[in-house]
Amino acid sequence: MLAADVAELSSGWFLENAWLIALIPMIAFAVIIAVGKHLPMKGSEVGLASMAASLVLSTGAMIQWVQRTNSASEGEEAAGLLQAFGRTLPRATEGEAEPFIEPVVHTWVWWSSGSLEFGIGSLGNGLTILLLWLVAFISLLVQIFSLDYVRGDRRYTHFFAAITLFSGGMLVMLMAPNMIQLILGWEIMGLCSFLLIGHWWEEEANSRAALKAFFTVRVGDVGLLVGTSIIFFGANAWAVDNLDSNGFDIAAIQAWALSGEAGSSFLVPGAIALFIACIGKSGQFPLHTWLPDAMAGPTPVSSLLHSSTMVVAGVFLVAQLYPVFWQAFDIGQGSLTFIAIIGAITIVIAALLAFVQDDIKKVLAYSTVSQLGYMMLGLGTGAWLPAVVHIFTHAFFKCCLFLCAGSVSHSGSHHSFDMKKDMGGLRKKMPITFTAWIVSTLALTGIFPFAGFWSKDEIIDNVGNNGYTVLMWVGLGGAVLTAMYMTRATYLTFFGEPRGAAAGEHHPDEEHAEEHEMEHISVGAPEPEPRSLGAAANAHADDDHGGHDDHHASDGPHESGPLLLIPIVILAFFALFAGLANPTPLASRFGEGIESMKKYVEPRATPVPFEEVIASGPGESIMIIDGRPSASPAAEEGEGEEGAKKSGCGFDAPEPGTACFFPGVSHAEPTFAKILLSLGVVAAGYAVAIAFNVAFYGRRNKHLVGLTERSKVLRGGFLFLKNKYYLDYLYENVIVRAVAHPISKATYWFNQHVIDAAVNDVGIGARKTGTWVYDNIDQKVVDGAVDGSGWIASEAGHGLQPTQSGKVSQYGALLFGAAAVGAIVLVLVNVS
Amino acid sequence: MLAVNFLLLAAALFSIGVYGVIARRNAVMVLMSIELILNAVNLNLVAFAMMTDVVDGQVFALYVIAIAAAEVGVGLAMVLMIYRNRRSIALDELSEMSG
Repeated sequence: MLAADVAELSSGWFLENAWLIALIPMIAFAVIIAVGKHLPMKGSEVGLASMAASLVLSTGAMIQWVQRTNSASEGEEAAGLLQAFGRTLPRATEGEAEPFIEPVVHTWVWWSSGSLEFGIGSLGNGLTILLLWLVAFISLLVQIFSLDYVRGDRRYTHFFAAITLFSGGMLVMLMAPNMIQLILGWEIMGLCSFLLIGHWWEEEANSRAALKAFFTVRVGDVGLLVGTSIIFFGANAWAVDNLDSNGFDIAAIQAWALSGEAGSSFLVPGAIALFIACIGKSGQFPLHTWLPDAMAGPTPVSSLLHSSTMVVAGVFLVAQLYPVFWQAFDIGQGSLTFIAIIGAITIVIAALLAFVQDDIKKVLAYSTVSQLGYMMLGLGTGAWLPAVVHIFTHAFFKCCLFLCAGSVSHSGSHHSFDMKKDMGGLRKKMPITFTAWIVSTLALTGIFPFAGFWSKDEIIDNVGNNGYTVLMWVGLGGAVLTAMYMTRATYLTFFGEPRGAAAGEHHPDEEHAEEHEMEHISVGAPEPEPRSLGAAANAHADDDHGGHDDHHASDGPHESGPLLLIPIVILAFFALFAGLANPTPLASRFGEGIESMKKYVEPRATPVPFEEVIASGPGESIMIIDGRPSASPAAEEGEGEEGAKKSGCGFDAPEPGTACFFPGVSHAEPTFAKILLSLGVVAAGYAVAIAFNVAFYGRRNKHLVGLTERSKVLRGGFLFLKNKYYLDYLYENVIVRAVAHPISKATYWFNQHVIDAAVNDVGIGARKTGTWVYDNIDQKVVDGAVDGSGWIASEAGHGLQPTQSGKVSQYGALLFGAAAVGAIVLVLVNVS
Repeated sequence: MLAVNFLLLAAALFSIGVYGVIARRNAVMVLMSIELILNAVNLNLVAFAMMTDVVDGQVFALYVIAIAAAEVGVGLAMVLMIYRNRRSIALDELSEMSG
């Protein structure tokens, strides 16, 4: 890139070397595995140090990205270099569009096949840098929490190794400059989620949960491979011609999707396949079933998995490749998209499921699924920025909620996660945990001014603004449900009378499991799993009893230690204030500058000339590009003032020689009425839920108690939810049986009758041939020849033996006789 | 004419030598017969050299005399060893070389 060509963007060491952020945890993983057990803190210090280093590096990268973004607008305003060269960058029609901030890319080629190069390295754009920082930050806090939480565990070192690799995998995926590296990071995470969910694999339920998580995500991963291939074949030619890149390059894919030359025959199947991968990874309906089961892992893992790593990967993939989905699903035209529908379904069904969970972590798990539904809904309806902000804020409060649940189970309920059996009334015993929980709950439900308010309400607002009224109401309904189930969980955990372990009782786990089983029988539910949820939760409690059992039995519930509380308090602080990173509703009062996410994270929908993008430098001929035509084709046929607004990147093809990297998403203007509406419905949800919970769980209203046993309709609904919509049945008993069993049977038949038969026939044929060859060729021809020559030699020797008499005179006679014969022959020959 | 006499004498000597090799039992006599054969050959070589006026034959005869001396040396040593072992040098009693 020529310095004079464009306003020069500042860069810096941290941005250029963003790859170190992912490399350090990877090295740390190897170090922990190799020597962790011999270190004084059993390897945990290596994990912590690597995460701290990643956090420092990513903070530096974030600061430099902000500087880079600032330098772009300053440079342009000050020098006006673009105009000085007689070139005008094509502008989006909304007045002075800010220039596109090119991502900082740093790659090494590790393999090349022909002209196709496979690189590994880092791509730093606003989204990537933000999430890198987020992952490093959350991972560090979770590891601090884990220090105490898993202390004394028999696989303490392996736990830290796996959790470090887990974060590392996420970082690798986030910074991926091409799809290959993205898949690499994606799969590392899949592996680590398996390792961590099955951390206490001695219990069969845990190892089953780990397998379920792994295989369910694998179902989606097929989509990732297929989608990557389809997109590659679609984008490669264009990318090679125009950007000197290839079809795996993420920036090239973005540009290709928006170039107007991307055929829908590649775009649509590719986008659908990629989204299937996101459904699997981000726990969207109908592949969300693995996420609640993933609670079998240790709480820090759940916390990390549900806040910043793993489940966010799918959302990130959609956000990073947003142009592909934008074009494939016509998001810009306001069509009802696959993504939005899946997101909306997920919001509601997951929120409903959260009502019937007794395990506090499962409530949170379904809450995560529901919130991921919001993110997908936002992305599917063009609300890119609010969705990304929601990733950011959700990570803090959901991580905080999980760590609170961990703290409660660690110190309050004797390793039980069962709200009904072992919790209740803990607010006085654990005031700090309680406060953090309440802050995070308010943030999750989107109460002003907590973090969730700035992101979730923005999603709902933008969904409505982009023309999806029905989906907006679904979102609002989801918000009400969120308020209700969180109230239930809060009430059961922290209010009411202490029960079970929270009351200081200590009962054997087996008995507990039986009780739990009994409860289901009394409701009349066919228990879908051999082990009940509570039993599964308790089961792994068995395993870490050994280390720190001693103080629990006597003391009863108490507040957790500082190592557990510090991360919780920090996260609660962020749950309170993280939303101020992008307070859109305040923008009208304080100016747009306050929306730092919009400024620094959202890519600008401004076309960029190719030669600025190509790393090898500008082309020889600099294209002179006139200003944009006043009306684009799309606008002419378009719909009045809407059409005039909807042009530019993402709506019509960019000028020849330029590329767009991000579609021009629209942003809703927040109004007081809308804010009031969403806050109102959430408040109403809270009011109803509090009243109900006090009445129901406080046993104040006799009519409500046992309602599910008396009313058939309600019982049916309850069982339907309790059995998780029978989706697990469907997968395990119907699909797996229907698909896998015939296939395995057919395979077995084929194996037995075709392959084995063929092998047997070949074997028999070979044996017969061998026998014939042995009998005829080997025995008769070869052996005959060998024996015959030996026989001849032997007979000749015997025949000549008498001549060797040992008598010298005889030898002499023979010699002279032979010489005489020879002489005679010689004479005869010469004479005649 | 003169040359034919040489050749005739050589043939006679050769025949006597062959007879001696085949018919005599005494090893020393056999060696002496071999000497006769060699000298018959020498005589032939010299005669042909004289007939053709080429000196090669006479040079060759000198080599043969030298080698014959060596051969007699080795042969007499062997005979001596045989005599020491068996107290006899009768060749018809020697059949250790039979195959």
